[in-house]
Amino acid sequence: MAAKKTVPVKKVVMDLGPKTKNMRVWKFGDDIDTDAIIPGRFLTINNPDELAKHAFEGTRDEFAKKVQEGDVIVGGRNFGCGSSREHAPLALIGAGVRVVIAKSFARIFFRNSVNVGVLPVVCPDADKIADGTKITLNIREGFIEAGERRYPIEPVPVFMQGIIDAGGLVEYAKNLREIPVCTR
Amino acid sequence: MAATIVEKIFSRKCGKDIRAGEVVMAPLDGAMIHDITGPLAIQKFYEMGGKKVYDPERIIMLFDHQIPADSIEAASNHVYMRKFAEEQGIHNYDINEGVCHQVTIEKGRAAPGEIVVGADSHTCMYGATGAFATGIGSTDMGFALKFGALYFKVPETIRAEVSGKFQKRVGAKDLILSIAADIGADGATYKAIQFTGKTISKMDMAGRMTLCNMAIEMGAKAGIVAPDKVTWEYMKGRRKIKPFELDSDPGAKFAETRSYNVSDLEPTVAVPHNVDTGVPVSKVAGTHVDQVFIGSCTNGRFEDLEEAAEVLGKKKFNPKIRVIIIPASRDEYLRTLKAGLIEKFVKAGALVEAPCCGPCMGGAFGLIAPGEVSLSTSNRNFKGRQGSTDGKVYLCSPATAAASAITGEITDPREV
Repeated sequence: MAAKKTVPVKKVVMDLGPKTKNMRVWKFGDDIDTDAIIPGRFLTINNPDELAKHAFEGTRDEFAKKVQEGDVIVGGRNFGCGSSREHAPLALIGAGVRVVIAKSFARIFFRNSVNVGVLPVVCPDADKIADGTKITLNIREGFIEAGERRYPIEPVPVFMQGIIDAGGLVEYAKNLREIPVCTR
Repeated sequence: MAATIVEKIFSRKCGKDIRAGEVVMAPLDGAMIHDITGPLAIQKFYEMGGKKVYDPERIIMLFDHQIPADSIEAASNHVYMRKFAEEQGIHNYDINEGVCHQVTIEKGRAAPGEIVVGADSHTCMYGATGAFATGIGSTDMGFALKFGALYFKVPETIRAEVSGKFQKRVGAKDLILSIAADIGADGATYKAIQFTGKTISKMDMAGRMTLCNMAIEMGAKAGIVAPDKVTWEYMKGRRKIKPFELDSDPGAKFAETRSYNVSDLEPTVAVPHNVDTGVPVSKVAGTHVDQVFIGSCTNGRFEDLEEAAEVLGKKKFNPKIRVIIIPASRDEYLRTLKAGLIEKFVKAGALVEAPCCGPCMGGAFGLIAPGEVSLSTSNRNFKGRQGSTDGKVYLCSPATAAASAITGEITDPREV
């Protein structure tokens, strides 16, 4: 298989429904680490709703208080760097955030997000999107609409597609009894 | 066709040529779960319909982040995991052995040419043994527990060629902090970093572990050192495995090669609040510190504590600051104890704790208050990593930490 083969974005069928329209932006900078998303002292919690109460605690306290179902996080480079804690995307799910847009993602966070049902969207122009604005994600045609402007998004890597199609890795794996190894 | 060490590991496992960029469902030689990400992994295993793990012999469980249990929630998580280990026949080191990565390597659970995963980002440390090892999330771990395999996009490799001889009191931690500053916090995302060159050949396993441990701080999927005499010597008594050749071919295609000469390298300190901010110690010398932590999977080995003790000499730690020293494992604790260093540290004014992650994870003990400064030999200095988000964490070597613990401010260890 070719190294950078990707599929058209329109194949993404993660069930986001109307949640991709008029999403309010919570803007963050570069290198947002998973300690910031959910600090270490809350990692005994595994429930998304409880985790959400402490999302960005200490670095952006208003987030947990004011975030609403269907809001979107827009970050800069290397979003989700650091610890492999899956509590980070789970805290976002608990907060009602199902989409994270960033210029680039740290590897483990990207994979964890897809696995648990948060859609990570790579947008090279993410830094141009302002805090508090309302944006619409057009997955089918591959762009983000922010007011008058449109910003292209990158296609999802093809190997993640099956997992996204299934609605996360748990759903993907549920009906499999065994996995053939050393095959794609 | 010439291949990198990482391509060779995947090719050996699968019995066919595999190259960077390919996606493979690769069989796993080992998997490690601990008390923070483990409960979720087990939950996911069950949610996936898991009943029996693929192979209990290949799984290792231990608790290190919150031990002895520091809350009822932590205690309950431990109980949940113990039950799973018993039910599945998984070996559980429980709270007894120390920090997961150190223990995994010590117990011979990662070896040259193997593919090992851990539900912790610093799993990349096992690359010091010549294994391909990477950190994964809990859902991926649930999948790994069920199937004994996982999807990998085989990474390209950055070759970090290191030459020169370290000055006294300068070592692997200073090197990796300076490499992180050079490559950047996301400069190696989706890639592996192979550490190679004369300096690495001469480096002991402790130093190689420090290097590979921090590959993730550049976004890397893995850090790796090709197995050599030092590696095979270390494997003796830990793993019955016959030495074999495993290294990148001379003509292998690397993402890039970066060369480093350590001869002029100064003690290096990463300043708040990112890891890729390393500067020569002289730039931050004199900065007041409130707490010094010497330990963690990055720098809690006997060699690290021995160097700290050498710097300490007959001096005392500054009584105005808190000095916390934690050997990374029971084995390292015993080596330190037998060498008389524990007594030396305690007499000098340090708290020496039983093997665990300690202040590094910022959730158990040793937290810092708003406005406080921690100097730490661990691997992350993110805002709030060791307590208050209004505190600051600087990262350094054991030598710099010990020197600074004597003076109470960041200090060049060559001057103590």
